[in-house]
Amino acid sequence: MTNVLDWVDGNDIAGTARELFALDLTTARGKCANCGREAMVAEAHVYNRAPGLVVRCSGCESVLMRLVRSPDRAWLDMRGLSYLQFSMPGAAHAP
Amino acid sequence: MTWQVATVKDIREESVAARSLVLDVPEWPGHFAGQHVDVRLTAPDGYAAQRSYSLASAAVAAAGYAASEVEIMVQRIPRGEVSPWLCDVAQVGDQIEVRGPVGGYFVWDPSRTEPVLLLAGGSGVAPLMAMIRTRREAGSRVPFRLVYSVRDPDTLIYGDELNRRVRDDQGLDVTIVYTRQTPPGWRRPAGRLTGDLLTEAGWPASMSPASFVCGPTGFVEATANLLVAAGHDAAWIRTERFGPTS
Repeated sequence: MTNVLDWVDGNDIAGTARELFALDLTTARGKCANCGREAMVAEAHVYNRAPGLVVRCSGCESVLMRLVRSPDRAWLDMRGLSYLQFSMPGAAHAP
Repeated sequence: MTWQVATVKDIREESVAARSLVLDVPEWPGHFAGQHVDVRLTAPDGYAAQRSYSLASAAVAAAGYAASEVEIMVQRIPRGEVSPWLCDVAQVGDQIEVRGPVGGYFVWDPSRTEPVLLLAGGSGVAPLMAMIRTRREAGSRVPFRLVYSVRDPDTLIYGDELNRRVRDDQGLDVTIVYTRQTPPGWRRPAGRLTGDLLTEAGWPASMSPASFVCGPTGFVEATANLLVAAGHDAAWIRTERFGPTS
C-alpha cells in the first residue's frame, strides 16, 4: 500500500549517521540543492522501508541524501544537499 | 559510537499492544530526555534488523533506577521485524544490542525555563514521558502540559503513572483525548484533537511555549499545523514522526 505519509522524519537516522559522522547529523542544517530550503536534517522526510535510507526535502520532496549500509561498508550519496552546517561541540544540545 | 550488549532487567505490560522494557546497559553514558536508542536484533543466520526507540526513562538517575538502566516503550507493529520480538518473545535476562543515545533535535533540557507543551499521539507519548520524568527528577518547576491522544482506553499507556504525577508533580497538567472510544462517563465525546481543545488544554502562543509533538506522521502533521494556525512560532515546535498510524 502506498501512503503519502509513509515516511518518518530525520530523527530516525540519528544512530546510523552517528556511525559516519563525529557529530549529530540530525541537528545539522542542510540546504536543499533543488529548492534552496534550509532546515535541520531532523525535519527532513525519511523513507526507511527499503534496503537503504532515502532522505527527502520536506519542502520539495527531492532526494537530499541516500545511505546504504552493508555489514562491512556504507555508501553515502549527498548530491541533493548544497551544504550541511553543524553546530560545533560546546553549543547547546550536543550529546 | 558502537553497539553494546544490554540485558533486559524488567518488563511491564503497558497496554494491550505495548510494553516497557528496562535495559541494563553497563557503559551507558547518560542521555537527554527525548533522545533515542537504536536496538539491533541478530538472527542465528546473521541477518540483523534494527529500529530506533525513544528513551522513556528520566535523563537523570530516577529513584529505583541504576545509572546504567534505561527504559524504552515498544508498541507491537504487525509484520514488524523488531517490535514483535520485543513485545512477545523477549524475557527478563535476554540480551540485545543497543547503540546510543542518539539524536539531539527532539530533546528537552531541564535548564530551559519556557513553559512546555507536550502533544502525544499514541505511543508517541514515550519521549514525552521521559521529559515529564526528567522534570520531576531534576526539580524543574517549569509548567508542563501534556495533551495525549489515544484511540481508546485499552491503548492508553502510562495511565496510572500519569494520574499519580498529576497529583504529585506540581505544575503538570494532563489532558487525555480519546479518538474512537472513551471510558464510560467521559467528559468529552470521542474525537480527534481540535484547535479548540488545544486552546483549552495547551498554552497560548503569547506565552512562547516550547512544544514537542510526537506520534504517527499524520498526527504530527495535523497537530503541528494546528499550533501554527493558533499563532505558535514554528521555530518553537519540535516534531518527531514515527511513521504511518500504528
